[in-house]
Amino acid sequence: MAVRNIICVACPRGCPVTVTLDDAGNITNVEGFTCKRGEEYARAEVTHPERSLTSTVKVIGGSAYVVPVKSSTAIPKELLFDAMKEVNKASINAPVHIGDVVIKDLLGTGADIVATNEID
Amino acid sequence: MSKILNYDLVVVGGGPAGMAAALSAMDNGIPEENIIILERADRLGGILEQCIHTGFGLTYFGEELSGPEYAQRFIDLVEKTKIAVKTDTMVLNLTKDNQVICSNRDDGIYTINAKAIILAMGCRERPRGALDIAGSRPAGVMSAGAAQKYVNIDGYMPGHKVVILGSGDIGLIMARRMTLEGAKVECVCEVMPYSGGLQRNIVQCLEDFDIPLYLSCTVIQVHGKDRVTGVTIANVDDKMLPIPGTERYIECDTLMLSVGLIPENELSQQIGLEMDPVTRGPKVNEMRETSHKGVFACGNVLQVHDLVDFVTQESQIAGKGAAQFIKGAPEPEYVNCKGINGVRYTVPQRINKNNEEEVKIYFRVANVYKDKRVVVTVGGKELWNRKKIKLAPGEMENVFIKPEDLKEMKAGDEIVVSVEEA
Amino acid sequence: MVYDVAIIGAGVVGTLIARAFSKYDMNVVLIEKTADVAMGTTKANSGIVHAGFDAQSGTMKAKLNVRGCALMEDLCKELFVPYEKNGSLVVAFNDQELETIKVLYDRGITNGVPDMEIIDAAKLRELEPNISEEAKGALWAKSAGIVSPYELAIAAAECACGNGVEFKRNFDVDAITFADGVFSVKCKCGCEVAAKVVINAAGLGAAEIAKKFNGEEYEVIGRLGEYGLLDRSCAGTCSHTIFQCPNEMGKGVLVTPSCHHNILVGPSSVNVDDVDDMSVRVGALRQIFATAQKSVPIVSTRDMITSFAGIRAHHVDDDFIITPAKDNDKFINLIGIESPGLASSPAIAEYVEEMVINTIGKPVEKANYNPSRKAPVVFRELPPEKQEALIAENPAYARVICRCETITEGEIRDAIKAPAGAIDIDGVKRRTRAGMGRCQGGFCGSKVLEILAEELNLPKEDITKFGGESKIIYERTK
Repeated sequence: MAVRNIICVACPRGCPVTVTLDDAGNITNVEGFTCKRGEEYARAEVTHPERSLTSTVKVIGGSAYVVPVKSSTAIPKELLFDAMKEVNKASINAPVHIGDVVIKDLLGTGADIVATNEID
Repeated sequence: MSKILNYDLVVVGGGPAGMAAALSAMDNGIPEENIIILERADRLGGILEQCIHTGFGLTYFGEELSGPEYAQRFIDLVEKTKIAVKTDTMVLNLTKDNQVICSNRDDGIYTINAKAIILAMGCRERPRGALDIAGSRPAGVMSAGAAQKYVNIDGYMPGHKVVILGSGDIGLIMARRMTLEGAKVECVCEVMPYSGGLQRNIVQCLEDFDIPLYLSCTVIQVHGKDRVTGVTIANVDDKMLPIPGTERYIECDTLMLSVGLIPENELSQQIGLEMDPVTRGPKVNEMRETSHKGVFACGNVLQVHDLVDFVTQESQIAGKGAAQFIKGAPEPEYVNCKGINGVRYTVPQRINKNNEEEVKIYFRVANVYKDKRVVVTVGGKELWNRKKIKLAPGEMENVFIKPEDLKEMKAGDEIVVSVEEA
Repeated sequence: MVYDVAIIGAGVVGTLIARAFSKYDMNVVLIEKTADVAMGTTKANSGIVHAGFDAQSGTMKAKLNVRGCALMEDLCKELFVPYEKNGSLVVAFNDQELETIKVLYDRGITNGVPDMEIIDAAKLRELEPNISEEAKGALWAKSAGIVSPYELAIAAAECACGNGVEFKRNFDVDAITFADGVFSVKCKCGCEVAAKVVINAAGLGAAEIAKKFNGEEYEVIGRLGEYGLLDRSCAGTCSHTIFQCPNEMGKGVLVTPSCHHNILVGPSSVNVDDVDDMSVRVGALRQIFATAQKSVPIVSTRDMITSFAGIRAHHVDDDFIITPAKDNDKFINLIGIESPGLASSPAIAEYVEEMVINTIGKPVEKANYNPSRKAPVVFRELPPEKQEALIAENPAYARVICRCETITEGEIRDAIKAPAGAIDIDGVKRRTRAGMGRCQGGFCGSKVLEILAEELNLPKEDITKFGGESKIIYERTK
């Protein structure tokens, strides 16, 4: 049996969550979360930790040099730096609108890289 | 003679606070064409424009947004109305009879006569000079917010090997941003024995990237002639003085400071608003009206908030208050609020006892407390109490005062918020 | 071309000398090691125009200080430089110090200092309500003042360059030779300036340059002074410059208003080996403030918006050495120009001008010499109708860049375009005050950088804080 104490990062509240696993690595108990997202986060964190990614992407022909972007859903934590390589290679033509997809299905994760601001 | 305009309501600042306040005033009966927002940047949105990380909006919208996305929700709402917006506009002066004197490239200098003014200028970062950091004055020492602008808006790297002083949220967020963009963040030093940032940011901005957080530790010296070449850090004792023998040198080209935010109150001081020395913002009543009639304040100009969602909520109160004032409200009768015993301050600092709605009193504690009670008393009589597993200076707390309790109070009574043994 | 006069060092002394020669029909060049005017001792000192009672009677310091103090007010008016005759107080805390201020008074009389008075504790408190309870009396010198030292140098350089003086930045003197009546001043980068007269006003570097020329040695010690600058909200702390009684290391820690309504506290005084290292020492500010609190108890590091250090060149004889080189009366050395160097600077320029004229004869004066410069726009201080007129002419004055100090885009562009104008962030800051306020450039830094890049037609990443490798930003993120 193993006990993992984690801080939930699903929202700014930062609840302390305790996850208990049996010897086979199966989750037997989760407590301390205060919402459903928190439980989901805690379960994922001990089995396949995920993070959302935010960065910027180069804009071509726009009023700004870069546009902020985010991953549409969280991606596996270990892929963050590989994902950054893709983000750094990408670019988008102006005008850019919130939600415009810059990279579809990032590294096969199913998450898209989408713009999060308006650039003329 | 310069141009003179007349508006019911002038909102100074077009960030989240100003936009929410303007919209709320409109929702509370002020004609939209009689409201104007003045913004010094070239677009609405304020500091959210450079806060490209997610984590905004969970409380207010129930979804996780980036800063620009959160701002855009309000920009869209404002743009749908006839609320006037003047960007690239600087307010030069406020007068005691509620005139706003401002300047921009297109209109030159002009005066706006206002029935009410809402101050929503936000806050600014504490600079290096406010700290006793010895050493040279090379390039490469910058506030975390300035670095954030260079990276997220301008698209430039402000450094490659970074030490961050201060574990406020902006510092933590920038540790992750710089790392993802390819810089090496050597460490984050925090002079206090605890972090001033949110737990989640310590996890996902530092621990995820194996960036060490040194508590009770500070930068005592900057090295480098032209550009920073390194810093000396040292542990501090309980008086926050460096402990001899604990000094160590860290090579870096950048020192980022995230050592606190200060409300931006040049204008507030110009018209002599009564200020709270702890929040460093104006003292306000429950509708966020300052000591000057018809002048309201909300958002980070009033008190530095943890979450923009709370800024929005507070600004809606101010917008409503300004609307009530413009429409004509009866003279208030005040009871005062104050924090003692571990409670550093309260906002509001006074409440109209004739208020008909529940009043939320925000406060911050002075230290990290475990298993305590937050207690509200009036004239020694306990009005409210709640158990708290954890209280921390980095997290704003609140208590509620019911209108029926307010009615029972006498003008001049004092509502006291304190931290007590559980 | 062979210049008539080459001046080495663009501090307050060098620039005022350049201005003095710019009224003649001569070719004058001003050579500076760093990227800008006022980068050495001039930018980091107390900014005090001392009355002149400190220096021992009969010394150059005494003579030039009293004369300089008398010239300063008109000079500042002429050059549009912030100056205020606020008067100084040397405070005595015990009977022995009451004797000391009497000695200073008598010395002042001998030196020719006007308008001095010894005042008692009651009068002192009337003048300075925040003075320590322990104060027993003071020497009040009404002719003393405060000036913005770097702005004086900048103004003098603008005036000089406006009158045709050439300004060479980043000219780090490597060697100086003399042949056939012409000096050849070589820069480390390889370029060269030829001149008939050389004036070595290199401040901290002057002794080294003297040695490079003919091997002459001057015994100069670098003396570090550290300061803390308080927020403008502390403006009412004091109105006079408040000294404690002098000691063997100088005039001690003072508390003074600055010309821009901040309060300045300092300096320390320690001898240092490396005259290029203007670092504030660990723990120094705590010491300085503890000392300052002896005279003005309410000053506190809590109100500090910045700290800085400057180094003064102290000659072992404790006097200014202004003298031609041995065997060559056309090479003039200015050594040990420490306090009261700023107060003396107008008189030093006058003295050097006379010295050169005595050697080479009086040159012809220019018909079109302008003793002033283009008055800088100080938007925040203008009445509304003037502000409007300016904006009508140039809308850049309507765009406020530095919100702490209310500095407009127009003022920043003016500072860059001026003769010997700003080419880096600190240069803009010293000329316009953008970034001098309580946020210390946190907000406006990136905007100033943008304007500099635009005006100088350079990529943003080439803009520096103060020249050299002091880059603000590196490559693009994407």
